[in-house]
Amino acid sequence: MSEPLFFILDIIPDLVGGLWTTLQISLSSFALGMALAVALLPLRVFAPPPLSAFARGYVELFRGTPLLVQLLLMYFGLPSLGVKLDAYTACVLAIGLNSAAYQCEILRSAVKGIPEIQFLAAESLGFSTAQTYRYVVLPQALRVAVPALVNELVTLVKESSLASVLGVVELTRRGEYLVAYTFRALEVYAAVALIYLAVCSLMSQAARYLEAKFRIPGYERVSA
Amino acid sequence: MRDPVLLVEGLRAGYGKHEVLRGVNLRVGKGERVVVMGPSGSGKSTLLKCIVRLVKPTAGRIVLDGDEVTSDHVDLRRVRAKTGFVFQQYNLFPHMTVLRNLTLPLEAVKKVPKKEAERRAMEILREFGLEEFAHRYPLQLSGGQQQRVAIARALLMDPVLLLLDEPTSALDPELRLEVLETLVEVAKQGRSMLIVTHELDFAKAAADRIALMDNGVIVEEGGPSEILSNPKSERARRFLVEIEARIERPRAPAKG
Repeated sequence: MSEPLFFILDIIPDLVGGLWTTLQISLSSFALGMALAVALLPLRVFAPPPLSAFARGYVELFRGTPLLVQLLLMYFGLPSLGVKLDAYTACVLAIGLNSAAYQCEILRSAVKGIPEIQFLAAESLGFSTAQTYRYVVLPQALRVAVPALVNELVTLVKESSLASVLGVVELTRRGEYLVAYTFRALEVYAAVALIYLAVCSLMSQAARYLEAKFRIPGYERVSA
Repeated sequence: MRDPVLLVEGLRAGYGKHEVLRGVNLRVGKGERVVVMGPSGSGKSTLLKCIVRLVKPTAGRIVLDGDEVTSDHVDLRRVRAKTGFVFQQYNLFPHMTVLRNLTLPLEAVKKVPKKEAERRAMEILREFGLEEFAHRYPLQLSGGQQQRVAIARALLMDPVLLLLDEPTSALDPELRLEVLETLVEVAKQGRSMLIVTHELDFAKAAADRIALMDNGVIVEEGGPSEILSNPKSERARRFLVEIEARIERPRAPAKG
């Protein structure tokens, strides 16, 4: 009866090799998404109509189409336009561009929580819009958004399994190979799922630590 | 007559179709302290916000220290850096220490070197008896202490005119006093000030002039004793009775 359990324990070291690629894809695309979101956010929040419409259009486009379709377009579609990407790069780009849309919305709702007086205070002190964004808006928005951003990272870890479709050998793809050798789909995929679960729970734990670390001092008293 | 730091002529402004200011005329001389009083919704806050163009006037003229604020070509950052603005609350940036709140505007706007900015910030904190809070965060301070830091921050920019928008009205009564004492101290230093407040005691102690506003215009103006003890219009009388009795009606938070 316990044989499947031993089998699962046996294959976990094999699978962990794929986990590194999974983490690389999710962390790189998260970083790319964050960089783009930080660039898009001021357009969404401050900019006049043509630019803010662009930012909104971006968000709508990437949220309104399936990530898998975006991946397929990036890898199989772009070569028709003369852009050939290797599978790994295509994954990081597609997942990063997609995540930028979500991260931008996360940050935007965090900005909404900043009292309007803070914007007025910054303006009345003579801050430029760029300075207001850099010193007042962004640092507060990032702090408030820590839980939601970690949540987004957890989502990316899971979504990076789509990279297996393009043949990138990450955790899920490793599992597929093992199934092909062993024909034991139940145990292998259960092991794969367990590894995802372990990583994601670790990240959620880290979120609590980060939340406490980045919490604005004194804030807990006000919200209590 | 002293040189005016601020000249407001025929000022009109509003939010959408709702006109809040209907032709305000006001003068603040150099070193003069003018208190603006009036019932809720009379346009006091809007008047202050127009002066730094946080609200764009629809008509009229504002001249601040020689700068035509109402002109479309005015350098708004320059005008704003010339004034100090203290709001009812949430003035300070909560994610920075008190010290950083004071030094950032000096460094970012006035291009003062970091060391020098810190020296000046510590100096004013000492003056205000707040130096022990330099490395604390705003939300760890009481509302009164926060307001005093906000006043310190405004003063550090060495404004030609200090604008205060009901700086004590969001505070508990026991915290108001320390803020008012600080303001009286500041007033003694000869800084030009335009203050919207309902604090009669402050007006008596520190104002050179009181302007009573109602319904978007200044209805009466004069020295504190004259206005407070012998108001001419019926409206002014009613308003003064009302604030004496402290029966302020509840107010919508932002636009007062």
